[in-house]
Amino acid sequence: METSASNEPRGSDAGSVSSGLFDENRQTLDIKREKVCIEVRDLDLYYGNDQALKNVNLKIAHNRVTAFIGPSGCGKSTLLRCFNRMNDLIDICRIEGEILIDGKNIHDRDVDVAEHRRRVGMVFQKPNPFPKSIFENVAYGLRLQGVNDKRRLAEVVERSLRAAALWDEVKDRLDDNAFGLSGGQQQRLVIARAVAIEPEVILLDEPCSALDPISTAKVEELIQELKNDYTIVIVTHNMQQAARVSDFTAYMYMGELIEFDDTARLFTNPRRKATEDYITGRYG
Amino acid sequence: MEKNFDQHISRQFNQELENLRQKMMSMGGMVEEMLQNAVRAVVSGDTALAERVIQADDRVNAIEKSLDEECTLIIARRQPTASDLRLIFAIIKAISDLERIGDEAEKIARWAIALADLHRPRNDYRELEQMGVTVLGMLRKGLDGFTRMAPETAVEIIQQDKKVDQDYEAIFRQYYSYMVEDAKSIRRILDALLIAKALERIGDHCKNLGEYIVYLVEGRDLRHETASEFVRQVTEE
Repeated sequence: METSASNEPRGSDAGSVSSGLFDENRQTLDIKREKVCIEVRDLDLYYGNDQALKNVNLKIAHNRVTAFIGPSGCGKSTLLRCFNRMNDLIDICRIEGEILIDGKNIHDRDVDVAEHRRRVGMVFQKPNPFPKSIFENVAYGLRLQGVNDKRRLAEVVERSLRAAALWDEVKDRLDDNAFGLSGGQQQRLVIARAVAIEPEVILLDEPCSALDPISTAKVEELIQELKNDYTIVIVTHNMQQAARVSDFTAYMYMGELIEFDDTARLFTNPRRKATEDYITGRYG
Repeated sequence: MEKNFDQHISRQFNQELENLRQKMMSMGGMVEEMLQNAVRAVVSGDTALAERVIQADDRVNAIEKSLDEECTLIIARRQPTASDLRLIFAIIKAISDLERIGDEAEKIARWAIALADLHRPRNDYRELEQMGVTVLGMLRKGLDGFTRMAPETAVEIIQQDKKVDQDYEAIFRQYYSYMVEDAKSIRRILDALLIAKALERIGDHCKNLGEYIVYLVEGRDLRHETASEFVRQVTEE
């Protein structure tokens, strides 16, 4: 797996790689050497009496792609949703522990949820464009912020669609309804919409599960581009996708974080047997 | 890590990996027999036995190709990870070494035929036989280590490889002095020396097998480490 060279800590640390598992040019990533964007501390989450997350401790590295994998119901989507406080919308949901973004607890009273969600964008499994034109979909967030300057809007829409690798496909029909786009294009449109308001973090909840392989490849390519500017967290059922796109991978099972490591390490030589059984498709 | 190719949710995948393993073992068995017969042919001057070794090489080459193809298909179909991935990778590497051992055995058989027509020394090339016994033991250990997923066999192999290298040096010096003493023996001794060199190379290939076993079981790549460093890393927990 190729990782962006510019972010790699190199030099004096290079000799500390413990095994020769990887070639000398590919340094095993270590979360301890990364700039932390999101930190989860002793997180417990309950839906009524059911505990969905159990004492999760985790760090998400800045400008890296972190993947959450695990069987259905393991809590990976629940954890992802915590990051932009989506679980606030569920009455019976109770959260204990802390989630810090850039050192600030996201549950502090002085946190404005709308502003928080602007910083932490989310893209869902099924593309959910608004019943509006392609242009207005991307401009939506800015208009909410009160931006109405036409030139400014046009600029941001173009930049966001380019960032989402969609510009060339839609530039001649920006006024068409977004529902006319293919599923893959819709998903990239939704990503463009998220990018338009310049978040710090982009959360992707199974972004490719409704897409064909070519659209999937385009979204994966896009993720590699986006990580230069954003911290990305992706939940996926597709383990090969996690192996392809992410720098770090967290394996979750029954609400617990079982293993967290450099993706290349986790997929070639996991430390825990439970992880090994899951990623190789063995009986748990 | 225990051997657990048979615990996948996909039974067909279990079967594919088991087939691979069995096929590699039968390839190993064939190469083992070639090596044994080649050395016997040197010692006994049995040219018919040497011919059989030469013929067997084609079959070994064919198995290597078919195993490579099966590994490619499994990668394409299953996208193996973790220990499954390491198994496939280790097999692809190991069969390439097994094929090379087969090539060396074939060469030994050809030189055995050449030597059969020449004057035979009183000791019937005992020094080559002894070296042959050692490398055959290393090859068996390598195959056994793969079957049992036992990295400690790699330690034994690497230690024996040192001995094989020393034996080769000793034979080289011995043959050199023969050639100095008796110019008429040069042609024969050169053939015998090539056999010793082929056996020494087989020892190196067996050492590679040992390294793949460690990679397969522990996920560590200890190639190009010194022997003592290799032993230290494998034996320390």
